Amino acid sequence: MSDAARYRYPFMIHRHFDEELAVLKEKLLSMGGLAEQAIGKATEAFLKRDGALAQSVIEEDAAINRTEVDLEESCLSLFARFQPEAKDLRFMAMAFKIIDELERVADQAVNIAERTLDLARSPVFNPPSDIATMSTLAMAMLKDSLDAFVNGNADLASEVCQRDEEVDQLNRVVHDTLLERAGKESAGAKQAVDQLLVARHLERVADHATNIAEDVYFIVRGRTIKHRLGAEA
Amino acid sequence: MSSIVPSVKPPRLAVREAPPADASSVAMAVDRLNAWFAENHVLRDISITFPKQQVTALIGPSGCGKSTLIRCLNRMHEVVAGARVKGEIWVDGMNIYGEGVDPVQVRRKIGMVFQKPNPFPTMSIYDNVAAGLKLNGVRNVSVLDEAVERGLRQAALWEEVKDKLKEPGTGLSGGQQQRLCIARALAVKPEILLLDEPCSALDPIATAKIEELLHELKTQYTVGIVTHNMQQAARVSSFTGFLLLGELIEFGTTDRLFTNPSDPRTEAYITGRFG
Amino acid sequence: MVRDPLMARRNWANRLALASTGLCALVTVSVLFFLLGYIAVNGIGALNWAFFTQLPKPVGEPGGGMANAIVGTGKLLFLASLIGVPIGFFGGVYLAEFGRNGKIAFWVRYATDVLNGVPSIVIGIFAYVLVVLPMKSFSTLAGGFALGIMMIPIAVRTTEEFLKLIPASIREAADALGVQRWKTILFVVIPAAFRGLLTGILLDLARVAGETAPLLFTALNNRVWSHGWMEPTASLPVMIYTYAIAPYEDWHRQAWAAALVLMLLVLVVNGGARMVLPRRSVVV
Repeated sequence: MSDAARYRYPFMIHRHFDEELAVLKEKLLSMGGLAEQAIGKATEAFLKRDGALAQSVIEEDAAINRTEVDLEESCLSLFARFQPEAKDLRFMAMAFKIIDELERVADQAVNIAERTLDLARSPVFNPPSDIATMSTLAMAMLKDSLDAFVNGNADLASEVCQRDEEVDQLNRVVHDTLLERAGKESAGAKQAVDQLLVARHLERVADHATNIAEDVYFIVRGRTIKHRLGAEA
Repeated sequence: MSSIVPSVKPPRLAVREAPPADASSVAMAVDRLNAWFAENHVLRDISITFPKQQVTALIGPSGCGKSTLIRCLNRMHEVVAGARVKGEIWVDGMNIYGEGVDPVQVRRKIGMVFQKPNPFPTMSIYDNVAAGLKLNGVRNVSVLDEAVERGLRQAALWEEVKDKLKEPGTGLSGGQQQRLCIARALAVKPEILLLDEPCSALDPIATAKIEELLHELKTQYTVGIVTHNMQQAARVSSFTGFLLLGELIEFGTTDRLFTNPSDPRTEAYITGRFG
Repeated sequence: MVRDPLMARRNWANRLALASTGLCALVTVSVLFFLLGYIAVNGIGALNWAFFTQLPKPVGEPGGGMANAIVGTGKLLFLASLIGVPIGFFGGVYLAEFGRNGKIAFWVRYATDVLNGVPSIVIGIFAYVLVVLPMKSFSTLAGGFALGIMMIPIAVRTTEEFLKLIPASIREAADALGVQRWKTILFVVIPAAFRGLLTGILLDLARVAGETAPLLFTALNNRVWSHGWMEPTASLPVMIYTYAIAPYEDWHRQAWAAALVLMLLVLVVNGGARMVLPRRSVVV
């Protein structure tokens, strides 16, 4: 049965629960927006060696943390009051996980910002251009995974999962490049390690986006694509 | 969140909020209410407030006194022979158990819907809804027409019955009959609507419709509901009171009561570990 | 299948119970039909237009009718209803709606039951002492009074029973709308019970329609028209009694015809009222 048909029964009645679910979705999205924004700003600060911008990313994390607590309470309340079943149940359970993933994405932004503060105090050591690419890709994955979540788009979700490999690949390239340069220019060894970590954090963002996409796939289709389980389907 | 769960602030789990205390947000305040059936002391020192334009649910195991309590709220308890009440209930600055207060007048302000749908058997759908006004002397047809349509619309029944208003009310399905009873109660424009296990005789679809209706009704009315189905209380109410053996064990926002009850007996009941 | 002796015995007991109860039900119905048939067969022969339109002929003269007795019975029943129905009805309303399980209600019920058990001839004597003696005349009034008294206990109890059949939830609904009790009773409860209440009253009327004994002391009898309310009057039951014990073959046939008419009257009134009445009540 298609998703549309599932909701086209003549006796379908309006559910107050749906209104509250819509509000929850909205809030999840805005939290996603905040996390995405944090990554964007952190990357920009990193590329521009902008300590002040990096500092603001660290400070703004508190707001995201508050949103996290608020959302968790909303989820708990919805669980307690509406005892969701079937798709609603999958949605609610995954919502809990998605909140968690988004919070970690924001933490990665803080990590990048901290590396940036370090780098800003050190002599200039130009980062590999692939780091900027990684950031762009990871943010796009995050955005698409949230879009897939809002629209219940399982195809988009599975596509996001496949894109993770690309970021991993870039991460390996950045890794090799930086190791090689650090060997040649020992004065930049410390900066190279910081940049390596930034790349690593961005790779983690892509992983979180992948997790969200996997959760979305599960909400919509009721099957997991994690760990290549159900890959045959 | 505030637009949906209509507490003033999004509830924080850590806070043990008291029911709103200022008079403007309270529709009804029960103060040390005691009730008896003959020698049987069924309610003991109940104090509870019903916040304005909210749904407040009363839950508890059978025989805990929740139905007695809700029947005290519009002086229906004393209708039973041998029943007695002591205590105060304040509505609009008036103690409805005060001296010289006419229970008939109280009931016009505080409507009630019962467990089993009970439309008047000889009356049409129209007459059922108009009954409260007609029997209290309203003869003006346009006033009656307006009240009937408003009542039926508010009870989400208008679309289903507008073409058969002259047919008997008893010809409707159980769920429709119950909404007819809600319309009948609303037609007299009460301030407070009480429902005593309104869904216990209905099937799940009809139940869901009534529950949805309650979410609509609270935009205009203060609603009190007794239910033996605590999931229903969780779904429809903003505040919940838990009664046990005639005592109010705990009262608070539904969110808090169902996620983090403060009394172990409440916890035992809502988690189904009552023994 | 294994034959279980215990099972077999139970089956037999079951069949026996079914057969005996069925037989008794059958006997009840057949007695009624035998009675109706017997009266109809015997009465139909003497039934003609003259029976309804003419006065009784003098002894020995064939023909004639019972027009005066039919009208007399009608007048007696009218008067009886005027006295018995309001008293019985409001008494019943009191018991069902106000007295309920109180002390007064207990005594009212008790008195009603005693009154119901008083032999009809005693009621006749009562009416004789109370109406006939002071007025120095047998009369329609005295007969109607006696029948009216007889109607009260059944009217009270049927009214009470039929009102009690209306579920308490209906009264609660009206209470919760802030409707005064008397309005609830008048506009909600009584309409809901109307069919039952009317059936009860009609059964009551049918019962006294056949009463003979109380009329012997009160309405007496009359071979001619009775004018107004203060003269003795003929009535069907008394005519049946008089004609049946008389030694004339022609009178016997007329007695059968009168019995048939009385019975049809009761059946028609009862059945007709049930059909005409609206069906939208709780009690059928």
